Amino acid sequence: MATTTATGISRIWRDARWRGRAFQALVALAVALLLYGIVSNTITNLNALGVSTGFDFLGQPAGFDISFSLISYTPTDTHFRVLLVGMSNTLLVAALGIPAAMFLGLVMGILRLSGNWLVVRLAATYIEIVRNIPVLLQIFFWQSLVFLLPTVRNSISIGDMAYLNKRALTLPELQFEPGMWIVALVVVISTVIAVGMARWRKRAQERNGAPAPFGLVGPLALIALPLIAVFATGVPWTYDFPELGRFNVTGGVQIPDTLVALWLGLVIYTGAFIAEVVRAGIQSVTKGQREAAGALGLTRNQTMSLVILPQALRVIIPPTTSQFLNLTKNSSLAVFVGYPDIVAVFAGTSLNQTGQALEIIMISMLFYLAVSLSISILMNWYNRATALVGR
Amino acid sequence: MRFFGIATALAVLITTGAASAQTLNDVRERGFLNCGVNTGLAGFATPNDEGDWEGFDVDYCRAIAAAILDDPEAVRYRPLTSQERFTALQSGEIDVLSRNTTWTFTRDVSVGVDFIGVNYYDGQGFLVPAALGVESALELDGARICVQAGTTTELNLADYFRANEMAFETIVIQTSEEGRRQYLAEACDAYTTDASGLAAIRITLAEPGAHIILPDLISKEPLGPVVRQGDHQWADINRWVLNAMILAEEFSVTSDNVAYVAAESEDPEVRRLLGVEGDLGSQMGLTADWAYRVIAHVGNYGESFDRNIGRDSALNLDRGLNALWSDGGILFAPPMR
Repeated sequence: MATTTATGISRIWRDARWRGRAFQALVALAVALLLYGIVSNTITNLNALGVSTGFDFLGQPAGFDISFSLISYTPTDTHFRVLLVGMSNTLLVAALGIPAAMFLGLVMGILRLSGNWLVVRLAATYIEIVRNIPVLLQIFFWQSLVFLLPTVRNSISIGDMAYLNKRALTLPELQFEPGMWIVALVVVISTVIAVGMARWRKRAQERNGAPAPFGLVGPLALIALPLIAVFATGVPWTYDFPELGRFNVTGGVQIPDTLVALWLGLVIYTGAFIAEVVRAGIQSVTKGQREAAGALGLTRNQTMSLVILPQALRVIIPPTTSQFLNLTKNSSLAVFVGYPDIVAVFAGTSLNQTGQALEIIMISMLFYLAVSLSISILMNWYNRATALVGR
Repeated sequence: MRFFGIATALAVLITTGAASAQTLNDVRERGFLNCGVNTGLAGFATPNDEGDWEGFDVDYCRAIAAAILDDPEAVRYRPLTSQERFTALQSGEIDVLSRNTTWTFTRDVSVGVDFIGVNYYDGQGFLVPAALGVESALELDGARICVQAGTTTELNLADYFRANEMAFETIVIQTSEEGRRQYLAEACDAYTTDASGLAAIRITLAEPGAHIILPDLISKEPLGPVVRQGDHQWADINRWVLNAMILAEEFSVTSDNVAYVAAESEDPEVRRLLGVEGDLGSQMGLTADWAYRVIAHVGNYGESFDRNIGRDSALNLDRGLNALWSDGGILFAPPMR
């Protein structure tokens, strides 16, 4: 054999596996060189321009105000704190927007297939109008509508407990007392009971064929036990009612107009896309399934929840994940209505006050990457959990 | 879009070769100047009915183009938000930034740009609806205030309210146009920016009389043109075009009489300014008549001021601090020698 006379190197060269690894190493080296070139070129350029680099600016006081923050913030806090405020505000929009868009999309998608002429047309009109207008314009539209609300001094008072004006919706704030811990514990326990009951009933039904008894025990536990706990601990919370002042409403919890406009715009826009995904998912379940369910005597609602949706979900989930990601990323449009998300306060004001564009844009991109990947991982996990199991 | 703008500017920073000190040659080869201006601020930089940019800050771009290329029209204007402006300059997208930009320590030292002078001495004020019944900025406790992102005003605002132990809330907006929209919708009680900017916004409101600019100025805002750091020749050209315009006013050289003065004047400093005597132009790589061109095409500082923001304009701003030192202001250009 030739291999017996070949040298070590040529023997490795003829081995497809080793050859493949050698090429991979070369490509990796080329990519690394390119990255090194980009980084060193950038640093040279920045130094030549006299732009300071590094992350020391994160420890400097920011000096500017942020109008809305979930965590405490004052202008004397650092740029790092600004980053945290921006991240939490962005996550808030995503956390409020995703469930709402999913709900809206699910409802509209099902209505679109309901068979009722008027309902179908209404759903189709919503989807076609909303889907084909840029989301930024829609956010502006909702903001203009919010602007039509009365001014602060003419706030709409809802029983002197809540105030609505063009700046914010101010609601009474719940202030919890220590007894709330007991209530929280009871809520957890009653949830465990309710879930346990539901599982037991499902298994019993699979075993016996007939619906299991004690159907009311779970829901009853879920409602009654916490209620008993609340009264037993003497209603462990007080309200902080908002008051109308000269310029603004003080006290209570404020939901700013900017958040409302952004939230409405994102939810209604994304909801239309999810509605189409839901419709596609439902239509992907063959007609025979529906007819078979009907033949077995299942009601329309049972058919939908037990037969159609479980099969539709595996089609619906992957594209819906993309829509969740879109909603999260589109939240950066906040900057146009003045909602202080990460792009507005950190990649905006902080960037401009410190001049450290490269570092700040990189941190912001990493943040969006991390959030998007987290959502993807969660959704992939859920997708695997709902995928059809081959039996 | 803003984010996109910064991203492309960054991409340029990352991929291009080291910053060159050849801006003058670049402009000559290109045949026009890239000038960064406001996205729209009456009197300072706005497109007119024909779509041509005009204003006090625009005149400065025209003056630079006139000095180098003998053509005030050889300018490509790049409207920039307050956030984009420095990145655009750093990355070389623009040659000079003439966009009511406040000169501060941090900006001068660590942002990679050089301020070459002051063309408007300003201070930060507040615009409020007259119906609000507020007469002093000290009465704004608890107010919601609209402010442009990435400006010194945003910082001054926080400092001022903190120093006076007042509560406030900000709505941070991108452009003065958007600020106007929010202010008109009464989404904020007051709008804050440099007093000159407030005057510019006020005259574009439907009923200027229904809005007042509070008398308090809470900061010093020396506004001026900015160039990229590292090109000293370019910084010198920009600095001396500004100084030439101020000196021309001091010597009463105007766009109307510049030809006559150049031919007849006996004053050695005027003769040096207009290039009749000496080689001041060639010392910074320009022709001898560079300042002559600036004055002939654009006019002196006072002409530009009056035409755009002063007594001959709708803004009708007082010269105030911006009068020549000899007229009680603080405008004082170094000597031409």
